[in-house]
Amino acid sequence: MFNKYDVLETINMIEREHLDIRTITMGISLLPCIAGSADETAKRVYDRVCSQAENLVKVAEALSKEYGIPIVNKRVSVTPASLICAPFAAQSAKIGRALDKAARTLGIDFLGGYSALVHKGMAGYEKTFIETIPEVLATTDKLCSSINIGSSKSGINMDAVRLMGEIVKKTAELTKDKDGFGCAKLVVFCNAVEDNPFMAGAFHGVGESGTVINVGVSGPGVVQHAIEAIPHADLTELAEMIKRTAFKITRAGQLVAREAAKRLGAEFGIVDLSLAPTPARGDSVAQILEEMGLECVGTHGTTACLAMLNDAVKKGGVMASSRVGGLSGAFIPVSEDIGMIEAAEKGGLNIDKLEAMTAVCSVGLDMIAVPGDTPASTISAIIADEAAIGMINNKTTAVRIIPAPGKDVGDCVNFGGLLGRAPIMPVHKESSEKFISRGGLIPAPIHSNKN
Amino acid sequence: MHAVVTVVGKDKTGIIAKVSAFLAGKGVNILDISQTILQDYFAMIMLVDTAGADEELSQLATECAQLGESIGMSIHLQHEEIFNAMHRV
Repeated sequence: MFNKYDVLETINMIEREHLDIRTITMGISLLPCIAGSADETAKRVYDRVCSQAENLVKVAEALSKEYGIPIVNKRVSVTPASLICAPFAAQSAKIGRALDKAARTLGIDFLGGYSALVHKGMAGYEKTFIETIPEVLATTDKLCSSINIGSSKSGINMDAVRLMGEIVKKTAELTKDKDGFGCAKLVVFCNAVEDNPFMAGAFHGVGESGTVINVGVSGPGVVQHAIEAIPHADLTELAEMIKRTAFKITRAGQLVAREAAKRLGAEFGIVDLSLAPTPARGDSVAQILEEMGLECVGTHGTTACLAMLNDAVKKGGVMASSRVGGLSGAFIPVSEDIGMIEAAEKGGLNIDKLEAMTAVCSVGLDMIAVPGDTPASTISAIIADEAAIGMINNKTTAVRIIPAPGKDVGDCVNFGGLLGRAPIMPVHKESSEKFISRGGLIPAPIHSNKN
Repeated sequence: MHAVVTVVGKDKTGIIAKVSAFLAGKGVNILDISQTILQDYFAMIMLVDTAGADEELSQLATECAQLGESIGMSIHLQHEEIFNAMHRV
């Protein structure tokens, strides 16, 4: 028989502390779909995604009931579409629309992989593909896009960085009736990972198996309550408590991942240990940091608290599962975390501090709204800064930024649901134009030469 | 298949009778019961075997939650593996 306090603790975590499985993401290789024409490829892509993920939603809902733990999102990630579209890059939108249609047929929440990997060089067909992104994101609902523009091994492709500044601006412009919502579905990465289950950056890497189940756990509320229970503990004890909590959360994720993979006839890929917040109160990474003793997230000490949190989560999670992957760390999206939203609104949190925070946690400047008149070169420069942090520190960094058309500091954009709302944050007014217009490659750091 | 039933709420007469009658009606066998009262709150944990039940576990879980609503308690029926996974190294 179980220890009754253990049983009641689990019930409490789920009922009061927002413990949930944030996502079950099925990774599907599209390589078997490549055909001689865009139309034929689009048809094969639609058929393959629909057949592989046919039971994804049904299985996830059954598991959720059997284990009594909510499974919030059901998603699919696919092979970076630029590879599939290479022979007919100008018609890539047809593949994008087929993927979006498949997502709607399946009833899943998002589908990621309208992506390209251009961290060292950008072929002509890849540039053509990337140029289709704004229009495709503006005319689809579920499709997400990500571009890898740098890595620790190859350096930073500054031609791609320059292009992505313009693509972000254009995506915002084409979705201006929805405050630039298209940009919420577009991530620019350095050191992108191939098994990430989280959106908008999920894609199915070419090194992966045919069909894989990756699971993202969550539970900032559980960690916050665990810390609340020991108000006078020192930081060593806090780290220990976070580790133990992360262990339990990860075990729940691994159980669901294994069982989902078995029932769906897919391989069990990884459990992603990320602490992913939602806009609900009590489900916030910022509130964990404040519970540790900061008056407001963003103040001095925030980076240290976050570093400890991120590391303790990993240590507990790695103990719980031998298949850890994805992004695995604390997420700090501004619009999706009530504590971050409030700190940004009262001016306690700015982009410069967020940038420092991204050096010690996953993933990067995420869901940040900036004035609509921010120049493309400034957006590119923000991307370059983040990529530099990722490249030098051998970690994934990303930028998901929304230059909200017609909005300025003091305004707010509201996307609703899990994407939340974001106050417009100020950016530096001084130009980065000349730096960005130079183009070329920032060479890989010396410590990348490990062979 | 083993499952854990938890019943939590304000203490009142007949909780065990109602829950066990419901489970018996579904062909669910009770293997072990543990019960405590914490500051007027009733908390009962049962280990049950669902092998003799006609319904799927997910359906039983839904019906347990409905029974809970009808008697003003919070009732969960969950696969035992979730507790093994989270609380045993």
